[in-house]
Parts: sequence; structure tokens; C-alpha cells
Amino acid sequence: MRVPRYWRNKLFRYRLVGWRCINCGAFHHFKPLVCKRCGSRGFREVELPKTGKLLAYTVVKIAPADFKDKAPYLIGLVELDDGTRILAQLTDFSQDELKDGARVEAVLRKIREDGESGIIEYGYKFRPLVG
Amino acid sequence: MVRLNGVAIQGYGGYVPRYRIRAEEIGRLWGREKQELPIEEKAVAGLDEDSVTMAVEAARIAVKRAGIDPKKIGAIHVGSESKPYAVKPTGTIVAEAIGAGQNILAADLEFACKAGTEAIQLITGLVESGRIEYGLAIGADTAQGRPGDALEYTAASGAAALLIGRLTDDAVASIEAWNSYVTDTPDFWRRESENYPSHAARFTGQPAYFRHILGSINELLNDEGYSIKDIDYFVFHQPNVKFPLAVAKALKLEREKVSSGLISGFLGNPYSATSLLGLVRVLDEAKPGDAILLASFGSGAGSDAYILRVLDGIEEKRDRAPKLKDFIERKIYIDYASYAKFRGKLRLR
Ligand SMILES: [Zn+2]
Repeated sequence: MRVPRYWRNKLFRYRLVGWRCINCGAFHHFKPLVCKRCGSRGFREVELPKTGKLLAYTVVKIAPADFKDKAPYLIGLVELDDGTRILAQLTDFSQDELKDGARVEAVLRKIREDGESGIIEYGYKFRPLVG
Repeated sequence: MVRLNGVAIQGYGGYVPRYRIRAEEIGRLWGREKQELPIEEKAVAGLDEDSVTMAVEAARIAVKRAGIDPKKIGAIHVGSESKPYAVKPTGTIVAEAIGAGQNILAADLEFACKAGTEAIQLITGLVESGRIEYGLAIGADTAQGRPGDALEYTAASGAAALLIGRLTDDAVASIEAWNSYVTDTPDFWRRESENYPSHAARFTGQPAYFRHILGSINELLNDEGYSIKDIDYFVFHQPNVKFPLAVAKALKLEREKVSSGLISGFLGNPYSATSLLGLVRVLDEAKPGDAILLASFGSGAGSDAYILRVLDGIEEKRDRAPKLKDFIERKIYIDYASYAKFRGKLRLR
């Protein structure tokens, strides 16, 4: 089950590309039949901005089974430059950079591995903006 | 020895992970004194990084600098000896992650530390023949040294990408000439299913590194009518700090012509990214009109040498994306325990 789901979502996982409802503006991770908010059927493909600011964060110390060997890790609520809010893992933060309002950018990282022989799932995480 | 015609670097990008381990910290474990250590510190990829994610970082920067639509990229060749998949090309993931189209070549290359400069040869050929408009040549590695081995002090992580296309007025640098020098020399190797490479210790210097790198450089200069004094920057592969400086001495170069391209002292040796990251550091500071000689070395063994000429486009394109300095300076030091966790030397199952 995991491979098809990973593969279907890869545009969003890799590049934050999804579908915006032409009628109401709701954002969808992959193209739905009808808009989850207003029920209309028109969508356009959008690529969300890769930069934004950190609104809030938390440290995960007791991780779900798939992420056990990654703990402790950080989860953050990020507001992208177009106002879209997204919950994501944070990476490459030093303690003093970890504050609300910090500028961040999306980068591709390993999210999890399906054992030693399964696929490697890549996806976005946010790190402190470089440069 | 080949003269290239009308091919140029349109964008370039270098990426170095944030973590550093001091050689002293590694030496502490194995009882080595500071003066015995080959470098100061090396770059270490984080727990969630591999040669795929680093290749994507470098490629995204190169595309941003070039300012082109990634759909126009016709080939992505990634050189690496640390592919996360034995079967499944890194280029397939890089292509989707940067938004390239589906009508592309996406083959990975392997030639120890020179796999990245080999990618340049393939891409320039495809561009020059008109088969593709743009192509990406990438070198990316999370190099591994067996704990306690001499290589552990230097084997590092990093990636660099060159976006290559036709020569235009706003290009970064033209690629003028190329030479390759390859022999069957077993100085360093890794057998299938082994985690760490093996090497023939003293055999790695004279018969391997020096013979090949000087071979490719001297033939290129002599046969194409270039003289050493025409070249403003020299970038060599650098498994440590001593070897590239010995090449500079053999060629009687002034120190200022080689220092900008030297990264191994503070980043280590990220294998197929090493000489390309030296080139990125030079491009970050070079002026239009400067000539650069780039010479890689890959165990096994061989060397690729290129002559590049910096063009006017560098001035504007350089500032479109983060420079290598930005990644070098944001370092966080880790101890050997974190290093072991990050690089999979600790097994939890
Ligand atoms: Zn709607």
C-alpha cells in the first residue's frame, strides 16, 4: 500500500505542487473530483512558495514506530509567503535559531525508509533560510 | 584532447551539509596526535540527508542561477559512489524534484571521485550535437571511511551541479577544452555489497593520483596550446590538503592561483563533489575573462581536465542564489557519537 500512496503524492512532497479550487481558493494536495470546501469541479495546478516563517514548533521525543530512529525531531507550523499554512518536520535547526517568526525554506530530505530493502520516501522539510 | 565549440555553464550550485566533525575528535578515538591528521574538519550529512537530497539541493541552486524553465533540461547525469539505491537512478528523483519534464536522460555515473566531471563530458557532447538544449552534470557523495581507517578523517559529504547549455552572451563560463587520462590502476575500490571501500595505502599517491592528474593536465595544456601563465585559477581533486599542493608545486604555480579552489582542509573530501565544489568556490569570486583549469581524479584510475573561461553573465547570475560561503559558514560541530548516528554507523535493528 505504501508505494502507490507515496508515488501519488510526490508532486506535493517534492515541490509543494497541488491544486487550487478556481471557485473558492481551497488548496488540495492532489487533484480531487470535487472541492472539499465548496463542491465545485474547477482546479488549477499551483506550486506553493518555498519560503515562509515559523509560527510554532514542538519537539517530538516519543516517535511513532516509523520514526523511532529519528527521535528527537522537530515539527513546525509554517506560514508560507502566500499565507498558506503547512505542518511539517523541521531540520538543521540550532537551538538559538528555534524561535517563532524565524525565516524558513523548504528542502528535500529523507522522511522515512521502509526497512532495509523497501523504498526511501523523500519529501519536504523546513530549515532556517540560507543566504 | 578535445576543443569544445559553443558550450557553456549557464548556472552552477554547490551544497555542503551543516554538520562538521573535527579531525581531532576522530583522532581522539583512535589515539592520533593533531600533527598526524590530514585536515582540520570535514562536512557530515545530517540523519535525513543522502546523495539524492544533496544532489537536489545543488541542482535547485544551479537552475535558479541559470534562470531557465527546468522543462528545457534534456539530461541529468549524477556521478556518485554513495547511491542510496543500488538499482534506481538518482537522476529520476532529482528530475521530479526540480520540475524537469519526462523526456530526459537520467543515468547515474560511477568513477570514484571523478564521476561528477565525467557527467560534464556527456552533457557537453549532447548540447554540442544539438540533441538537448540544457543538461545537468552533478557530483554528489556521502563518502564513508571504515571506522579507524585513514579515510575516516577525510571522507565527507557534499554536492555540486553545473547546468550546461549553448554558449550565449549571458553565460557564466564557456567550456573551451577537455582531456581525459585513464588507466587500469587498482589504488582504491569497493566490491559489491561491501559498506566501506578498500585501498592500497601507499599506492594511492605517485602511481595513482599524481600520475593521472598531471597526465591529464600536461596533455591538455601542451596539445591545446595553453600555457600555465594564461590560467588564473587551478582547481584539483583533493583527497587531503597535501596532494593538491604537491601538484601545484610540480606545476610551479603561485599559491594565489590554487588557494580559492582548496576546500579539503575545512570540508574534507566529498568524493565526486570535491573538485566541482572547488570550482563553485572559484566561480563565486572569479571575474569575466578569467581562465580556470579544473582537474579531477577518480581512483581506478583516471583524471578529467577542463579549461573554462569566465564570461560577463557571472556578475549577475552569481547573486541569484546562495554562495558556497553561505553553506560553509553555517556549521554546527558534532561529536563522534552524533557522527556515528548520522552516518548509520549505529544500528538500531
Ligand atoms: Zn472550492
